[in-house]
Amino acid sequence: MPKDHGIGASVKRREDVRFLMGLGKYTDDMAIAGQAHAVFVRSQVAHGRINKIDASDAAAMPGVLCVLTGEDFKDVGGNPTGWLINSRDGTPMREPKRPALAHGKVRHVGDAYAVVIAETYAQAKEAAEAIVADIEELPAIVDMAAAVADTSNRVHDEIPDNLCYDWGWIEDNRAAVDEAIRNAPHVTTLELVNNRLVPNAMEPRASIGEYFPGTGDYKLTTTSQNPHLTRLLIAAFVMGIPENKLTVVAPDVGGGFGSKIYHYGEEAVVLTAARKLGRPVRWTAERSESFLSDAHGRDHVTKIELACEKDGTFIAFRTETMANVGAYLSNFATVTPTFLHGTLMAGPYKVPNVYVNVKTVFTNTAPVDAYRGAGRPEATYSLERVIDKMCRELGLDPFEVRRKNFITTDMFPYTTPVGLAYDTGDYHATLDKAMEMADVAGFEARRAASAAKGKLRGMGLSTWIEACGIAPSHLVGILGSRVGLYDAATVRVNATGNISVMTGAHSHGQGHETVFAQIVADKLGVPESSVEIVHGDTSKIPFGMGSYGSRSLAVCGSAVTKAIDKIVAKGKKIAAHMLEAAEEDIAFENGSFTVAGTDKAKSFGEIAFSAYVPHNYPLETLEPGLEETAFYDPANFTYPAGAYICEVEVDAETGKVDVAAFHCADDFGNIMNPMVVEGQVHGGVGQGIGQALCENTVYDENGQLLSGSYMDYAMPRADDVPFYNVDYSCQTPCTHNPLGAKGCGEAGAIGSPPAVVNAVIDALQRGGHTHVTHIDMPVSPARVWAAIQG
Amino acid sequence: MYAFDFEKPKTVAEAAAALAREDAMPLGGGQTLIPSLKQHLAAPSALVSLTGIAEMRGVCTGDDGALCVGGATPHAAVAADAAGKYPALAALAGNIGDPAVRNRGTIGGSLANNDPAADYPAAVLGSGATIVTNNRAIAADDFFEGLFTTALEPGEIIVEVRFPVPERAAYAKFQQPASRFALTGVFVAKTADGVRVAVTGASEDGVFRWAEAEEALSENFSADAIAGLSVSAEGMVGDLHGTPAYRANLVKVMTQRAVRSA
Repeated sequence: MPKDHGIGASVKRREDVRFLMGLGKYTDDMAIAGQAHAVFVRSQVAHGRINKIDASDAAAMPGVLCVLTGEDFKDVGGNPTGWLINSRDGTPMREPKRPALAHGKVRHVGDAYAVVIAETYAQAKEAAEAIVADIEELPAIVDMAAAVADTSNRVHDEIPDNLCYDWGWIEDNRAAVDEAIRNAPHVTTLELVNNRLVPNAMEPRASIGEYFPGTGDYKLTTTSQNPHLTRLLIAAFVMGIPENKLTVVAPDVGGGFGSKIYHYGEEAVVLTAARKLGRPVRWTAERSESFLSDAHGRDHVTKIELACEKDGTFIAFRTETMANVGAYLSNFATVTPTFLHGTLMAGPYKVPNVYVNVKTVFTNTAPVDAYRGAGRPEATYSLERVIDKMCRELGLDPFEVRRKNFITTDMFPYTTPVGLAYDTGDYHATLDKAMEMADVAGFEARRAASAAKGKLRGMGLSTWIEACGIAPSHLVGILGSRVGLYDAATVRVNATGNISVMTGAHSHGQGHETVFAQIVADKLGVPESSVEIVHGDTSKIPFGMGSYGSRSLAVCGSAVTKAIDKIVAKGKKIAAHMLEAAEEDIAFENGSFTVAGTDKAKSFGEIAFSAYVPHNYPLETLEPGLEETAFYDPANFTYPAGAYICEVEVDAETGKVDVAAFHCADDFGNIMNPMVVEGQVHGGVGQGIGQALCENTVYDENGQLLSGSYMDYAMPRADDVPFYNVDYSCQTPCTHNPLGAKGCGEAGAIGSPPAVVNAVIDALQRGGHTHVTHIDMPVSPARVWAAIQG
Repeated sequence: MYAFDFEKPKTVAEAAAALAREDAMPLGGGQTLIPSLKQHLAAPSALVSLTGIAEMRGVCTGDDGALCVGGATPHAAVAADAAGKYPALAALAGNIGDPAVRNRGTIGGSLANNDPAADYPAAVLGSGATIVTNNRAIAADDFFEGLFTTALEPGEIIVEVRFPVPERAAYAKFQQPASRFALTGVFVAKTADGVRVAVTGASEDGVFRWAEAEEALSENFSADAIAGLSVSAEGMVGDLHGTPAYRANLVKVMTQRAVRSA
């Protein structure tokens, strides 16, 4: 019988009760007495010089309390970048100031240059339209190649070639890789686009600023995945207020996918306005604002070359990528296309050598930053597509080629030519499992059945790996990170024996409140119902680094585990005193402290009570209370991996692709809650199918976002995805964290896009359209049809 | 949205009077107008709701056997109540938007708006329906005048749409991936007088009849009858979701599929 509680049980998500009943408390749900409403005025041109902003009419309109522009923020700091990247020649990246409101120039459609605060939202909205901005339109810089070539037209006047950096990884590999490719028996080359994505969290960004003049304290309630980082950036860099005078609260947050990791200018604006007016100031993005101003994802143009033997044995990979960073550097924009991408370019393969070059380019488009998977989907897509193409060119079996090149279980720990040390894995096992699940042998019969319906059927494979559990601080510090990437937890056992756990990680849909409670309850032998998880409020939680990069369980879960270990250690001291035994003779099991070899015991509740009512307690040597905090800094990344097999049916007359089946065999290490893992994989694969088939972010040559609403931006819907077939029984536990957990949040979005596109190409090839070797994502009906026409 | 007055008259005459006011606008189900108001793209002095007029709601059979649909009838009601008499029309109505759209949006609102990718114009033109207003009866062939343009005069209200019921009919829609409007949709109707083929979503001029296909299908109502025809890409819409050539292809493919399922 499956477990019904504790680690490994599919405990139902406790937070879903309030989410499903409409009882959640999101930022926009908060009504605060005296609140005023902010409406931002955003650029309608992609690039322009601000000559004058005349707000006099707007300021005189009914209900208007104040108007702020970039002038009001020009003397405070900009929104900084969290990671320094050096170019190949050793020079540091170009790092232009990112003000809270645009000053001097507007640099993308949606760039906010003013804000109106009024008594009501309608009044603010009407007044915003009355602001007269004299903006001299400049030519828009949209295409990355043109941006680098044309030094006269600049997103930032001080950066002549619009280049943030030209990064090589690993630069010492470059000559050897060039040589290997020159001499290789076979080289497959593929040029591809990793399409830009708009994150589209269900809850738009929203912020409420408050200022308390009596104490000089500020409070920001905001849609954040990362409240402590937001507090740090606002306090230390943007507004220059003491960190201990600012509380940041991220209450229930309705999805982020990366886009809510970052600090945005609107947060500093509502706080500044609140101080100026002495009133709470609130803002909630309209969906159009989300499209225009949330940090987007992906947007790479890549040329990848694969050098191999005629039997498919890999010799080297070489990539040249242009990564679009948009108009400004979002907080982690510089690391996403570099260390989160280049270091994964060996995949799960024992390829001898790899070289990655990334040029990151400023354009007059919305900023681009980490989005579910963040660099690793881009790496996986390039690798798995070029391997698929090589297999066709050489007439090799794609399953066998993967097997031939996989790192084998006897090779761990394995250091790749791009600098990662994989601790453990079993890539053959997940591939075998996926093939069994997909009934590869039965494909021909399914293909014939599809053909009888007039459809072309194809099968696509992707074997993926990622580095997550972000991240070992010492290592990332060497690589340019300006922050540490530990996490923290406080376990507070209350006098009555129930437990509050304060976590640095923030849940915006992942199920932390359930899963962390399972871990605590399991390890302390108490009911899950007596464990409460507190997150998102900097006044309550220890300093943590938030949730992203599939890190919550591997990093914060490890901090929770460490804190529990401290609780148990202290409990043993208390028990030893109460039971009049030596500390080393005390055992703790199933919620009971016992003296080994006797029937003497104290329950966990008795120990907790004694800690707070210390009448019979070793006060000379031990402090009362039972509360412990632990910070956990990972020793290495974790390396989940897996094999995905997709089958599609293509309607050649219309080009429409239907995903007929999707099979996932993943290795996430130890599993805390199988149901939550399945949910994460389903969501990730859904987003990957969305990227592969539907989602298309298009700026025209003037920098106007053509796909700026759901009328033109195609999100995947329920009928675009199949019933997923998910397995996680191949488990090679992480060797360096106490839970043996690897992380599963991004897996689906990383592994699935190449499986889908490989399947589409396979269907067309088998259907006789042998001239079609690649179609860029999204593989829309129109693109498939056009590819078939040739 | 900007402030406006709101009226909900009980009769067509009251509605017409209310619409005589300067800058007043009629409101059907609001599926286009309300979002436009929210985006500050329209600033009417008053909205005159047509959904409280009992005589404009519902589906019935006319003396001549035509299926009569009240102008303020929501799509969901057509999907349910026309299913027996005119299943092709009911199926079309049942696949417009999503359930929320189908329970609010009305046939009169859709036709008066004449979105070039809307479904109903294809059914009305393909069926050779008659649009009855508070002033006159307009043949479908005279009603649609291009993108978002119709023969309606300012303040004129679509009271009813009369569909002659064909011998066989079907609508085949290829959905635009994002909006799920018709990227190209084709309504085919076979009557004693011949075959009508109406295409929505494809042309820069909005809904149109494909005369060559009508001729071929009137001779031989089968998908093969138009296999040799081709559609020119000239004048077809080109956008994010498809080139003119792609839409021209879809016109033929969807016509064949409509014929097969009719």
